[in-house]
Amino acid sequence: MAPITTAHYLALSAALLLIGTIGVLTRRNIVIILMSIELILNAVNINLIAFSHFWQHVNGQIFAIFVITDAVAEAAVGLGILIALFRNKETVLADEVDLLKW
Amino acid sequence: MNFLDQIWLIPLFPLFGAALMLLLGKMFDPQPPSEVAVAPGVEHTHDEHDHEHSHDHHHGHTHEHAHAHVTGHDHGHHHGGGMRALVSLLCPGMILLSFIFSAGAVVQLSRLPERTHELVQFTWLAGLPFHMADGRLATFTAQWGFLLDPLSSVMILVVTGIGFLIHVYSIGYMGHDNGYYRFFGYLNLFVFFMLMLVLANNYVLMFVGWEGVGLCSYLLIGFYFHKKSAGDAGKKAFIVNRVGDAGFILGMLLMLSVLGSVRFLDVNQVLRSGQFHAETAGFGVLSAMALLLFIGATGKSAQVPLYVWLPDAMEGPTPVSALIHAATMVTAGVYMVARSSALFQLTPQTSTIVAAVGAFTAILAATIALVQNDIKRVLAYSTVSQLGYMFLALGVGAYWVAIFHLFTHAFFKALLFLGSGSVIHSLGGEQDMRRMGALKDKIPITHWTMFVGSVAIAGIPGLAGFFSKDEILWQAYSSPQGSNLLWGIGLATAGLTAFYMWRLMNMTFYGKSRVAPEVAGHIHESPPSMTLPLSILAVGSVFAGWIGTPKIWSLPEGFRAFEHWLEPSFASAAVEAAHEGAHDTSIEWILMGVSVAIALIGISVARYFYHHRTQIPDTLEAKLKPLHGLLLNKWYVDELYDFLFVNGFAKGGGRVFGAFDRNVIDGGVNGAGWLTRFSSSFSIWWDTWIIDGAVRLGSLLVKLSSYPVRIVQTGRVQAYALFVVIGALAFFGYYIAR
Repeated sequence: MAPITTAHYLALSAALLLIGTIGVLTRRNIVIILMSIELILNAVNINLIAFSHFWQHVNGQIFAIFVITDAVAEAAVGLGILIALFRNKETVLADEVDLLKW
Repeated sequence: MNFLDQIWLIPLFPLFGAALMLLLGKMFDPQPPSEVAVAPGVEHTHDEHDHEHSHDHHHGHTHEHAHAHVTGHDHGHHHGGGMRALVSLLCPGMILLSFIFSAGAVVQLSRLPERTHELVQFTWLAGLPFHMADGRLATFTAQWGFLLDPLSSVMILVVTGIGFLIHVYSIGYMGHDNGYYRFFGYLNLFVFFMLMLVLANNYVLMFVGWEGVGLCSYLLIGFYFHKKSAGDAGKKAFIVNRVGDAGFILGMLLMLSVLGSVRFLDVNQVLRSGQFHAETAGFGVLSAMALLLFIGATGKSAQVPLYVWLPDAMEGPTPVSALIHAATMVTAGVYMVARSSALFQLTPQTSTIVAAVGAFTAILAATIALVQNDIKRVLAYSTVSQLGYMFLALGVGAYWVAIFHLFTHAFFKALLFLGSGSVIHSLGGEQDMRRMGALKDKIPITHWTMFVGSVAIAGIPGLAGFFSKDEILWQAYSSPQGSNLLWGIGLATAGLTAFYMWRLMNMTFYGKSRVAPEVAGHIHESPPSMTLPLSILAVGSVFAGWIGTPKIWSLPEGFRAFEHWLEPSFASAAVEAAHEGAHDTSIEWILMGVSVAIALIGISVARYFYHHRTQIPDTLEAKLKPLHGLLLNKWYVDELYDFLFVNGFAKGGGRVFGAFDRNVIDGGVNGAGWLTRFSSSFSIWWDTWIIDGAVRLGSLLVKLSSYPVRIVQTGRVQAYALFVVIGALAFFGYYIAR
């Protein structure tokens, strides 16, 4: 059995990025969009860990911890905004909220 | 006492009386307020009014209370007795004072070597330099001055003498009228202005009096102002007189421009100096001046074509008719022309016009008088006719004869008018001669005095009218300016005069009574205050003529005093008189006989028609219906004037001006409005399309150019995210492809 190389990790990371990006762009439900953003962030985390392992350097892992923290904060804020939006507009669908136009 | 230096007081006495009456009269003679309020618009017919009145007042009063006027509103109120007595004493008293001063002044004047006395009080209008027609510089001044000469002395004696008698008469006649003080106030004011007119020493001051008497005439014609016909008659008199006055004013201005003065003595002196030659050949500036003055005279003295106001003026109370519209004011024109004799002597053309107008007026008015049924109207037309005689005399250059006729006419015409007033008074306001008759024995004094007056005006030898009328006829025949035609017209008029006067006498006093039965029981002679003036005037009508007897009667000079007295006023008239010798005296005797004969024929025919064969007038009337209608309707002159001037000129002019207003004035306003609307509509178009268009074009450009920018701004988060991804991919793509 062939060892799992950095290239594999990078491929997984690219796939996750692609899936997350398409989810953000195409899904209407803001909850799904937030989850897709988590996918993108985790794609980045896998990329950081992969190169940390490849270079035998700890900086990448530290950076990943930061990203996870940031993701938690972002999820909290995003879900807060979502609750506020739902209270005002009674919707969680992104394409029904186009107030940014004005 | 030197009356000559006090002549300024003569007009002042009546002015004082007038001022007292008109300013304070209401206190003397309070009016019942209710009647004043009711008076306008109230009109009674004569009949019902007379009946009421007679019944109300006959019993238990003296007879004079049965007196009624055409007024119809002023009876049953006897108030302010004591104060009325004061008015009755004061106003005639003022005139008597004037008469005394006048008589004194005239007596003293006759003793002067040169019978002219001028008294200048002060300069009234002064210091207006102007250029005369020939370029010389002159100064216009009008003095408040009085000129007493033979001419004005005759006039002041007539005005104050006859005026006093008529004032006395009015005490009785107006005794039961409302506005007693008002009547006497106006009457005194009239006498004041009339005396100013005849005593003035220049034309401008004369014009003041001239207008003043016109005002008083207007006020007194309209004395019964609540009666529409009286108000209309007053206005008619005033307006017709304005036409003549325009001529007077223009004549005065022309005189000022050519002669440089309006003072009588200056004017006469300039005219007689030989500087101006008689305008025998053509119609020059002097002729125009004389003609303009004569137009003024035709207005005031009721000559063709301006005579129409005088018959209507009979709406006024009868004493007014006697004083103003018979004896004094209407002779103002005669006086004025006589005063301008120096001018008229230089203008034979105008003098011919004067004579022609006078003769035409005389015969025209006499024909109308033939058929009138209102006793006062007969006398009114008779007055017009007699004034025509005076102008005939003036026109042929016999100035003293005109004044002589004025003098005698004042007596007998005042007498006739006052007599007719007495008849009307006794019949309780009846003026229609068809409802009179057989009054001879019921009002004997009135009858006998009017008889004398009628004989006098008819021209029976020995009475006043004969001397003056015969002298006029003789002058019309013999004067160089006279002619057989003028004499013939004058003679025919004399016959007509005798006829209509005797028609009046017969219809009024003789024959069968046609008096309405309700009135018949109350006929009574007038009070002494009325019969006394009648008697005095009757005496005057008999004897006034004896101071102007014909030359061929060869009486002592005293019997020709009138002509000699007036000689200084018409200095050059003496030259004219010299020609008379050329005629054979037998012609004058024959003409005199003819004129007496025609007067007698007129009297007899009238007597025959209206006494012996009373059906004849009716038969004639039926046979000559068109002619009778023509005469009864006064030749339709009033209708013609109505058509030409009132409807044609005044109302037509009003229509023309109305059309002008509507079309031109309103058209201008409307046009300006249209123009504003037009220009504003253009402005609106400009605003809408150009100004607004430019703004909207700008906005359209912005809108169009912003379109591509706008479409990417969808407002959807995912769209923005897509752009970010595309952008990122584009950068990566570029990075990798490089």
